[in-house]
Amino acid sequence: MSGRVLVGVKRVIDYAVKIRVKPDHSGVVTDGVKHSMNPFCEIAVEEAVKLKEKKLMKEVVVVSCGPQQSQETIRTALAMGADRGIHVEVSGKDYETLGPLQVSKILAALAKKEDAQLIILGKQAIDDDCNQTGQMTAALLDWPQGTFASEVSLEKDGIKVVREIDGGLETIKISTPAVLTADLRLNTPRYATLPNIMKAKKKKIANVKPADLGVDLTSRLEVLRVDEPPQRQAGMKVETVDDLVSKLKDAGKV
Amino acid sequence: MAVVGPLSRIARIGSTFCRNNSLIFSRSSQRRGIVSCIDPSHGLTDEQKEFQKVAFDFAANEMAPHMADWDQKEIFPVETMRKAAQLGFGGIYVQPDVGGSGLSRLDTSIIFEALSTGCVSTTAYISIHNMCAWMIDTFGNNEQREKFCPDLCSMEKFASYCLTEPGSGSDAASLLTSAQKKGDHYILNGSKAFISGGGDTDVYVVMCRTGVKGPKGISCLVVEKGTPGLSFGKKEKKVGWNSQPTRAVIFEDCEVPVTNRLGEEGQGFNIAMKGLNGGRINIASCSLGAAHASVLLARDHLLVRKQFGEALANNQYLQFKLAEMATKLVASRLLVREAAKALQENHPDAVSLCSMAKLFVTDECFNICNQALQMHGGYGYLKDYAVQQFVRDIRVHQILEGTNEVMRMIISRNLLMES
Repeated sequence: MSGRVLVGVKRVIDYAVKIRVKPDHSGVVTDGVKHSMNPFCEIAVEEAVKLKEKKLMKEVVVVSCGPQQSQETIRTALAMGADRGIHVEVSGKDYETLGPLQVSKILAALAKKEDAQLIILGKQAIDDDCNQTGQMTAALLDWPQGTFASEVSLEKDGIKVVREIDGGLETIKISTPAVLTADLRLNTPRYATLPNIMKAKKKKIANVKPADLGVDLTSRLEVLRVDEPPQRQAGMKVETVDDLVSKLKDAGKV
Repeated sequence: MAVVGPLSRIARIGSTFCRNNSLIFSRSSQRRGIVSCIDPSHGLTDEQKEFQKVAFDFAANEMAPHMADWDQKEIFPVETMRKAAQLGFGGIYVQPDVGGSGLSRLDTSIIFEALSTGCVSTTAYISIHNMCAWMIDTFGNNEQREKFCPDLCSMEKFASYCLTEPGSGSDAASLLTSAQKKGDHYILNGSKAFISGGGDTDVYVVMCRTGVKGPKGISCLVVEKGTPGLSFGKKEKKVGWNSQPTRAVIFEDCEVPVTNRLGEEGQGFNIAMKGLNGGRINIASCSLGAAHASVLLARDHLLVRKQFGEALANNQYLQFKLAEMATKLVASRLLVREAAKALQENHPDAVSLCSMAKLFVTDECFNICNQALQMHGGYGYLKDYAVQQFVRDIRVHQILEGTNEVMRMIISRNLLMES
């Protein structure tokens, strides 16, 4: 039992930035725009570090797939308490088409290579909202998955996961090794402290290429067009419920 | 105020608008400044960007939501400051062996600038606390450093800087608080005025007269709260800086052990001034944060508010005014950061550069905040809107830690010195 947790973190456009679509509608503007760690990934890192502090896990390894700048995101995770990082270098055209399928193949390969006991990811990224990487990784490894986790407890015979589902809260028990994806209420990520930020500088980040892991990056998806959501139309006020029903019928909604 | 009539009409009609605007100003994203040309992370190393991020996040989450409340209820936010200390903000440039974070003056400036966007008054107090902790760290002997610094760095205890007296402000060297040596104690008599934190803090770094008139007769003593003979005046009612209490500190035959003296007799004025060099950079940094937040608030208001059939942002005068504010903000930031580097490197002109930074930045940033308030129109005058608190809070930065007039004295002395 290695007691090793693998945490995936993604560098995304900062949640506070106003997104602008590129004039050619091929995507959104990312040049010169502020990026930071996906908020759900922060929650994943926090959970992993908590497990280590409770001595339930021995080492937290944080992974990010992307260009050079992904190292900043890894450093942030190291400053929160992760032990070491792995930067899987993906840039240029490959990075533009990088999606859950490729990332899950990379994570599966790394989980085997690093002999990980647990993989914790954010439930989804705030840029593509895919919500697929955790599930795909579990499938590739044939590991159980505890997704949308709002509570995680490691027990002798497995992991108890409370999941946030449409109907409420579902509690499941899964065996290890397993994949978990973090939902909003799992924890509140800590602030990195100044001393930890300085210690993070000394922690190692290994460089790996997808080819080294035997992963094929070709995408099966092609983005045709990106548009802004339609402008919100003005509503109208009606006097009576009958008016409301007739207007809804006219609009074909009822 | 002639605008009351139309203002109350607008207020009644626009109550929904007001509430939306309050939502806008309280959303944490605003203060982080995701607007490229005034982005405060330009030119910083990756590590400094991390420090800045923590400070911005802390300011947005732990301080900004309470800024107005702390001001209106005059609350000294002890718990929040202790949380800040846990992140290392209690002794940012104090050495690590006594609990400090051991960072540079530039790192410190970046941190205070970011924290200030959450609450100027609280950040300014934290900077004064840091200044006192540094003075003990730098000029104290090992016993003093080990006795006081760890608790100050964790903010288990809070500190105050006591130089100004009712009769000596700008003319600090003429201070009268006397410290008569009697055996192994000094007997302190006199009073200090306008002491930030006074009455609520635990450790007082006091400049007092042990010798002859003038600066050479001044020594620096650390006085602990609870010492018999130490008492406080009433809490002052201020225009701003309301999240820190300000009181007179009174010494009546107050006995302080000689072992609490920092450095040698006669070294006190020098210690005080060295503390203030850094203090001036910190205060200027606080002004920067307020100005940055105000520029963002003004910009957002211009995009939302419509008059004469279009958004204020289409008005060229306002566009130009905003551009000028942004330019002065960036210029101020560069000056503070240069001065911080000069101080760190013990540059021979560090004192003048720190004075220039304090002078220029506190003045310019006050103007920026004031113009941001003007751009809000009548709403800018309401306490529901944060911009007025930034204006009130940073007004005093042009006065304390050496008035901007004293800054001119220091700079001109350097220029006119016979070499």
